[in-house]
Amino acid sequence: MADNKGVLILAEVVDGKLAAIATELLGVGRKLADDLGEELGALLVGSEVSGIAQEAIAFGADKVYVVEAPALKDYRTDSYVPVVEKVAKEVMPKILLMGQNSVGRDLAPRAAFRLETSVSTDCVELAIDADSKQLLMTKPVYGGNARAIYTTESMPQMATLRVKAGEPLERDDARKGEVVNIDAGLDESAIRTTVKDTVLEEIKGIKLEDANIVISGGRGIGGPEGFQELEELARMLKGAVGASRPPCDSGWVPDTIQVGLTGKIVSPDLYIAVAISGSSQHLAGCGGSKNIVAINRDPEANIFKEAAYGVVGDWKKIIPAFKEKAKGLLA
Amino acid sequence: MNMIVCVKQVIDPEAPPASFKIDAATNSVVPPAGVPPVISPFDEQAIEAALRIKDAKGGKITVISLGTGLLRDVVKKPLSMGADELILLEDPAFDGGDSWSTAAALAAAIKKVGEFDIVFCGRQAADWDSGQVGSGIAEILGLPSVTLAKKVEVGDSKVTVERVIPDGYEVVEVGLPALITVSNELGEPRYATIKGIMSAKRKEPIIWAPADLEIDTAQIGAAGRRVKMLRLFQPVREGACEIIEGEDEADAGANLAAKLAEVKLL
Repeated sequence: MADNKGVLILAEVVDGKLAAIATELLGVGRKLADDLGEELGALLVGSEVSGIAQEAIAFGADKVYVVEAPALKDYRTDSYVPVVEKVAKEVMPKILLMGQNSVGRDLAPRAAFRLETSVSTDCVELAIDADSKQLLMTKPVYGGNARAIYTTESMPQMATLRVKAGEPLERDDARKGEVVNIDAGLDESAIRTTVKDTVLEEIKGIKLEDANIVISGGRGIGGPEGFQELEELARMLKGAVGASRPPCDSGWVPDTIQVGLTGKIVSPDLYIAVAISGSSQHLAGCGGSKNIVAINRDPEANIFKEAAYGVVGDWKKIIPAFKEKAKGLLA
Repeated sequence: MNMIVCVKQVIDPEAPPASFKIDAATNSVVPPAGVPPVISPFDEQAIEAALRIKDAKGGKITVISLGTGLLRDVVKKPLSMGADELILLEDPAFDGGDSWSTAAALAAAIKKVGEFDIVFCGRQAADWDSGQVGSGIAEILGLPSVTLAKKVEVGDSKVTVERVIPDGYEVVEVGLPALITVSNELGEPRYATIKGIMSAKRKEPIIWAPADLEIDTAQIGAAGRRVKMLRLFQPVREGACEIIEGEDEADAGANLAAKLAEVKLL
């Protein structure tokens, strides 16, 4: 255990660039490494990723470990777990971090069990304890009703970081770092799953995660027709439409627009929650918004506790008038 | 098709947030008065995934639940929905575990059950939201795993899983036996039928203690924990909401637009 040193983060690549979560992990990892007075490493895994090593350095890494193989082009549990295992055993980091997304959710627990250590998932804050030098891992629990702070004696101390919970550093191309290639050593016959197809929902207009204005509807919207009204408003405001879980589970809207603990995490400038009660698990997805506006019939609804502005009443009467007025103001 | 589903009894996540209380002295959650516990919703969806396969292909569903103070009405719900057998790991030695020690105990129980084609788990439990027991069981038992399933279809000696990804889904094929975790996109679990409730009432759960499983008690419950909880607390909500009013609801809506324009949010 005494031999473990430094911080290592999994740097995911999307469309030939560092994923946003990778820059966020580098930002958080840099601070932890500095607090320990140790190195920050980034692990790049894929089929052609070595060209991205400099970008990882520019965002804060001291050292970039590159593992390349054709079979690593897309994420598969059985190909990525052995890579993480191999690198963790060679590099021996004190701290190993990944993103809480569709890769990290799958990879981190399985890799933690393989390495006989533990992982705290979905952390929103990571810090080094000044006395013990242990990693303090803060994560929302009970759907966001509470937070727990965990530590562990097992090495490496693993955590996954919630999307948008970390701040990336300013990109600095003058930053220097070292690139180390590690052989994947993959046994492709050990990959037990095959991806037959990838089906992507067609996105109309602005992507939910990128929108500056998000208008979300809840159970109180009542059906798919109501969401069409929210969509018209979103188009006018150049925003995107989201939903809490009930409308997705009821099939009124596609699952892909769900905002919440098990859906998307958004942080727009303006988040308008229409007929959403404000369960903790929904707030987990929109709590980072700069301004929340609540429209709800129930003055006691939890969402008003989170909102900067609110209107109490029936959205069917409020939204058309809001839209009409906004149209005039924007003209 | 032999299927095993792991389920957990939790505090009802739909209970009003105002009823949520923490006992800071013991770092634990105080169960809200008058709100009975439930099967964690994702685990109910795991039951539903197994039932759909049973409907289509036939088979046997064994449910395993680990915990203490398990209310029979709650943990028998999967039986009343159509599952066949219920095993409870209900012993103080199993209590107070983390993902590591819980997965270790469940994996030992699954090994004791013996024959199975698919193990189902919910994607995460609604209390600690950790989402790793499923993958942990798969790792301990050496099974392939597919997480976040929204649809599971069984063919000859393999399963096709639709796995949720951010903007859609992947179609993943995996051989049997395998472990699958189920996400809410699978759809609403079915209701219990009257007939199911009657037959569940008559069925007694099988109870296994650590001695019944070939497992070292140092691996399970609080003794087997690898993470330590330093503190459990409720985040402070700032909550200063400005309520926009008007002559009627429509007028309030127009005033809201004016306000948002005034503060440059529109």
